[in-house]
Amino acid sequence: MLDSMYGAVELGLLYSLMALGVFITFRILDFPDLTVDGSFATGGAVAAVLLSNGYSMWIAMIAAFLAGTVAGACTGLLHTKGKINGLLSGILMMIALHSINLRIMGKPNTSLLDIEPMFSSISPIWVKLIVMAVCILVIKFLLDAFLRTDMGLALRATGDNPRMIRSFGANTDNTKMLGISLSNGLVALSGGLIAQQSSYADISMGIGMIVIGLASVIIGEAIFGARTVFWATLAAVLGSIVYRIVVALALRVEWLEASDLKLITALIVIVALVLPSARRAMKQKSMAKKRSAQLTAEASKTPTPTGGAR
Amino acid sequence: MLELSNVSKLFYPGTPDEKIALFGINLKLNPGDFITVIGSNGAGKSTLMNVISGVMTPDTGHVKINNSAITHLQEHQRSRWIGRVFQDPMAGTAPHMTIEENLAMAYSRDKSRGLAFGVTARRRKLFYEQLGRLNLGLEKRIRAKVGQLSGGERQALSLLMATFTKPQILLLDEHTAALDPSRAELITRLTESIVREMKLTTLMVTHNMEQAIRLGNRLIMMDKGRIILDVNEERKKDLTVAQLLGEFEQISGHKMTDDRVVFG
Repeated sequence: MLDSMYGAVELGLLYSLMALGVFITFRILDFPDLTVDGSFATGGAVAAVLLSNGYSMWIAMIAAFLAGTVAGACTGLLHTKGKINGLLSGILMMIALHSINLRIMGKPNTSLLDIEPMFSSISPIWVKLIVMAVCILVIKFLLDAFLRTDMGLALRATGDNPRMIRSFGANTDNTKMLGISLSNGLVALSGGLIAQQSSYADISMGIGMIVIGLASVIIGEAIFGARTVFWATLAAVLGSIVYRIVVALALRVEWLEASDLKLITALIVIVALVLPSARRAMKQKSMAKKRSAQLTAEASKTPTPTGGAR
Repeated sequence: MLELSNVSKLFYPGTPDEKIALFGINLKLNPGDFITVIGSNGAGKSTLMNVISGVMTPDTGHVKINNSAITHLQEHQRSRWIGRVFQDPMAGTAPHMTIEENLAMAYSRDKSRGLAFGVTARRRKLFYEQLGRLNLGLEKRIRAKVGQLSGGERQALSLLMATFTKPQILLLDEHTAALDPSRAELITRLTESIVREMKLTTLMVTHNMEQAIRLGNRLIMMDKGRIILDVNEERKKDLTVAQLLGEFEQISGHKMTDDRVVFG
């Protein structure tokens, strides 16, 4: 039981960079980017090919990140310069990446059994998890810092009020491309990390990633809140870990099968998306009722000074 | 300063819905001019603003700032010279970002945006002073999200942000129209004092006739995409709303129609 929890936390940390990527497009840019399913596998494929050809772990991870940024830039170009609908640009890129990923690996999957995964020499396992968490947090803090720079502010304003930031001299086409690139870079890096950790890369390893990323972001926000950038990115990381723990627990339920996982994930996202807006509507309605009751009570206490004509 | 020569703009050209938004507009603003613009619905006031700010490109004619042509520059490329406040109080600020972050973005208007922090201690001090000029107590809420401010407060902030870097041209697009009368009056007062202090060259569209006469040193009236009346400072002093309406009917041949027009 404890072992599977450790495993879940480890996976959650590795996938958390993907969640941060999804956070950038989905929450900051308000751009639903489906490239993720493709670029996650791109990261895995690039890392696997480099590792199996004897390159170092660092080079493989940096290359995976860069490959993701290129894929993201392509989606951004399709959307901003090609004026293609955002969802469609992501889907087009995702499909294109499927072929590209096959070209990169030359076959549907690559085994990395003779490559030692990162940090695998560290024991006991909780020390290893702490080291990994520190590495992930460093990336999170770098992202936080970036989002507070002049460039980062323009990026955030692009999702918040594009008309306003254009009137202050920012090219929103460029900020969008920057955001989508950065996002897919993180997603691909996450794909590379997963590939080295599980010792193989597979052409289908990215399927459903966008929904898992969304689930992580939404779960994180629901539990930890997202008042500031600091909390929002932390929530994405923690959300990813919580998601993996939930999955690990769900897999222990007897009548559930591993293949039901995607359905469960979709259900989590649906509930998380529907619930807040339904709750908001209900709150608003009861607030309106309360206020109008109050106002009526006040009005009946003090008769209107100008008695209306009858 | 700002010069428009022979600017025309058509909407839906070549279709049954074709509409002349601007037609042969010639307008020259001298440095320090404060021009108020009035006109009925569909007179082309907003299109004029959009053509100057680069949201739209004119079909014919030229737009120049300081004698350099900017007709084909995109909005973000020319916005270093042009400050703009929109009618919608929600339009000029980013609601999910803090007051100081919004100000930092305004501060970077005429600079290239790099990897330096947007809000530094030095800049925060400047923001604090500037917010104090509004007398709304916003400087004490510098880390509050802009979405928590009222419409009037947001419009005051928008005005400050638009004028922060002392733009060459200030465009005010009915920026008090969506506010209640007392808030509108506050924003009008702020506008007057900021424009005067910073000596900004300003073009203000308004639906308030009385305001159009009271503010600024020149008044232009538009109808069907044309400038039909241009009143200089001398004549503007003794102008009344009734005279203005009379002139409008005489020149245009129809009554002034604007569902929001305020006669003052």
